[in-house]
Amino acid sequence: MNDKQALSDLKILEYSHLASGPFCAKVMADLGAEVVKIEEPGKGDEARNHGPFPEDRPHPEKSALFLHLNTNKLGITLNLRHPLGKKLFLQLVEQADIFIENNPPKLMQELEFDYEHLMKINPRLIMTSITSFGQTGPYRDYKTTELISFHMGGVGYETPINQVTDPEREPPLKAAGHQANLLAGWTGATATMAAVFARQTTGRGQHIDISEQDAVANMIRPNFSRYSYAHEIANREKRGLPWILPCKGGHISFSPQGDRFWRGLMEMLGNPEWARNEKFKDFTTRREHVDEMEGHIIEWTMQRTKEEIFEKAQAHHIPCFPVNSMSEVFRAEQFKAREFFVEIDHPVAGKFQFPGAPYKLSTSPWQIRRPAPLLGEHNEEIFCKRLGYKREELVKLRMNGVI
Amino acid sequence: MSPLPLEGIRVTDFGWILAVPHCTAWLGALGAEVIRVESMARPDLGRLYPGSAADGIPGINRSGGFNGLNYSKKSCNLNLSQPKGVELARELIKLSDIVTENFTSGVMGRFGLDYLSLKKINPDIIMLSGTPLGKTGPLKDSVGWGPNTQSYVGMTYMTGYPDGSPGGLGGTWPDYMVGVAMAFAVMSALHYRNRTGEGQHIDLAMGELVMTMLPEGVMDYVMNGRERYRMGNHDEVMAPHNCYRCQGEDKWVAIAVTNEEEWQALCQVIDKPEWRRDERFSDPLSRWKHQDELDRLIEIWTKEHTHYEVMEMLQKAGVPAGPSFDTGELIDDPHFQSRRLCLEMDHPEVGPRMAAGLPPKWSGIEPHYSHAPLFGEHNSYVFHDLLGLSEEEIVQLVEEKVIY
Repeated sequence: MNDKQALSDLKILEYSHLASGPFCAKVMADLGAEVVKIEEPGKGDEARNHGPFPEDRPHPEKSALFLHLNTNKLGITLNLRHPLGKKLFLQLVEQADIFIENNPPKLMQELEFDYEHLMKINPRLIMTSITSFGQTGPYRDYKTTELISFHMGGVGYETPINQVTDPEREPPLKAAGHQANLLAGWTGATATMAAVFARQTTGRGQHIDISEQDAVANMIRPNFSRYSYAHEIANREKRGLPWILPCKGGHISFSPQGDRFWRGLMEMLGNPEWARNEKFKDFTTRREHVDEMEGHIIEWTMQRTKEEIFEKAQAHHIPCFPVNSMSEVFRAEQFKAREFFVEIDHPVAGKFQFPGAPYKLSTSPWQIRRPAPLLGEHNEEIFCKRLGYKREELVKLRMNGVI
Repeated sequence: MSPLPLEGIRVTDFGWILAVPHCTAWLGALGAEVIRVESMARPDLGRLYPGSAADGIPGINRSGGFNGLNYSKKSCNLNLSQPKGVELARELIKLSDIVTENFTSGVMGRFGLDYLSLKKINPDIIMLSGTPLGKTGPLKDSVGWGPNTQSYVGMTYMTGYPDGSPGGLGGTWPDYMVGVAMAFAVMSALHYRNRTGEGQHIDLAMGELVMTMLPEGVMDYVMNGRERYRMGNHDEVMAPHNCYRCQGEDKWVAIAVTNEEEWQALCQVIDKPEWRRDERFSDPLSRWKHQDELDRLIEIWTKEHTHYEVMEMLQKAGVPAGPSFDTGELIDDPHFQSRRLCLEMDHPEVGPRMAAGLPPKWSGIEPHYSHAPLFGEHNSYVFHDLLGLSEEEIVQLVEEKVIY
């Protein structure tokens, strides 16, 4: 039995799909928690239908999204609408420390699996609910996707940051991937740990209500302060030097903000003639002539590759990194030295490199103990070994549409 | 309500700017005693950022960005470039459970405040170190902020307009995101310590964290050798899927159609039943191929309405849609208000101001919010009450610029 990881004493039940709930459960599973993931019989988690797939051949056991978001979990199938399925579910709830779900509040109420009901079965249960807009409020039953959540949380309006010169033609943007969903998931995990501590004193569980919109709005928190300090509205328009500049063969991300870095910047550029002009003598004048300054700097960057600029900037202590494509990420020495990518061997999908530990804990490390589960892979383990059903009965359960 | 979950835990916090300060705001609001160690020799840039000075008047206690991020914490002054300063820091760490920092890689080591040194004086200390790319490896000493680090790991390459340059995310991503994950990692380590008595070092690289949240881009390259490219607001599969202009200046609504049912509902709301029979749009693959044309047609309709009107009409019909909110709109939005993420905090120097609290709502935890500390506000508490120095000793140390 795994004892050596930070969360190996925690037993988690998960009934969630796609991204936010599964990711919340993943970050806890990867630190040792036991996660039993419930999927609908036959269909499974909708993420199984999401690419990328190896060689673009869709297969429910080979979705990279599913494989990444469900590492270290035990997988069972269970029909929560079937009376016997409900009974089995409640037996599992009885044994769990934590229940993670990301279903619409109306559905959980309909199933009678909302917190009011579950706490009666297990007063120690910590239930973490992750939804688009939370359990209360006028938009509670509104539908979102990643796109909608990212924009309604206020971050889309500022993306791409410090870059746009024609806002009418350059709309607010979403980020690559599922940032709002995954962020909501992580917010749920952090909140769950707080509840674990609370339970140590009180002996009782509680309900955690995560609104994806609030999780995203948390990312523009200074805006709320600034709004009440200085009445500013942040948006995606370019103000001052852009943070991403073109260079030879690509782009460089570069933040020589303020006076701090001016001297270093000038040294890096070789104390150019143009910089000695009155126009660039201090912070205020430089702000007035920033477009001209940008022009000069780009003249310099366009003659150098991102690697060259990166090395020079770092030598002058200027915050700077190249804008890497994925192939460049994989070639980077840094990730090899850190052993960041890990090979996971999956019984159907095969062996692939996956993103590894998001942090290195020296005594109780992040670890892949098992790949993402096949659909219903651990039905026998859970229903027979733990809940006492015989193997033959599993067949009956399957044929009755319970599992 | 019950006592706070992290009551009795003490954090010596060397964090500055954004990521670690967000982490320790979680810890402080959840009941830990967070003591920021600050110095005029190297003031937190967040305190000095001119853009958010209260009413345009700058001051070390007047920064909105700082005050809205560093609530529920204490502040003491220690100049670590003085040996006596380091000595006092070590005394404080002896009394602490957690140490947090996000200096460039070698800095804590130079002061003799690296994990192995601290473990000798406090064997079960938990130490969190945040860096752009990690405390090991050829780039361990790199200087970088959120916007740059996200670029190193492929995020900006995949974000932006299809015909434009790579784009950074709003909100100086991933700084606050990292803060949330840091709080999780610290609490996980604390949980382990409660069970085993063992502390540990947490080496958290911002870039590695961002990549954990980019599986689509990473795995398409791993599995298929394919570079995912910028596609604006479009999606690999769904269409229509974009932001559309609405009435007013720079007002947009996001709309995403995920299945046939929603597509038909959209056509009904816009009153374009003929789109359902149009060859260009009648099946999901054709819709996706012709989405630029479809986007233009949809925008003719959205431009006649406000973004709120579009949201209400489409949500009523079961279609995911909502405005791309700017901060002012968000603050005024009835749903966002009902969630009470933003609260008013009274501050001794700038008075009552708005700050974002912690996003979760717990049924059994009421986070504790107190105003961000004035610079050095708790010097007397830390040096006299906690470390037992006399008034005279403290005065002397102030003169020597140790308490500085």
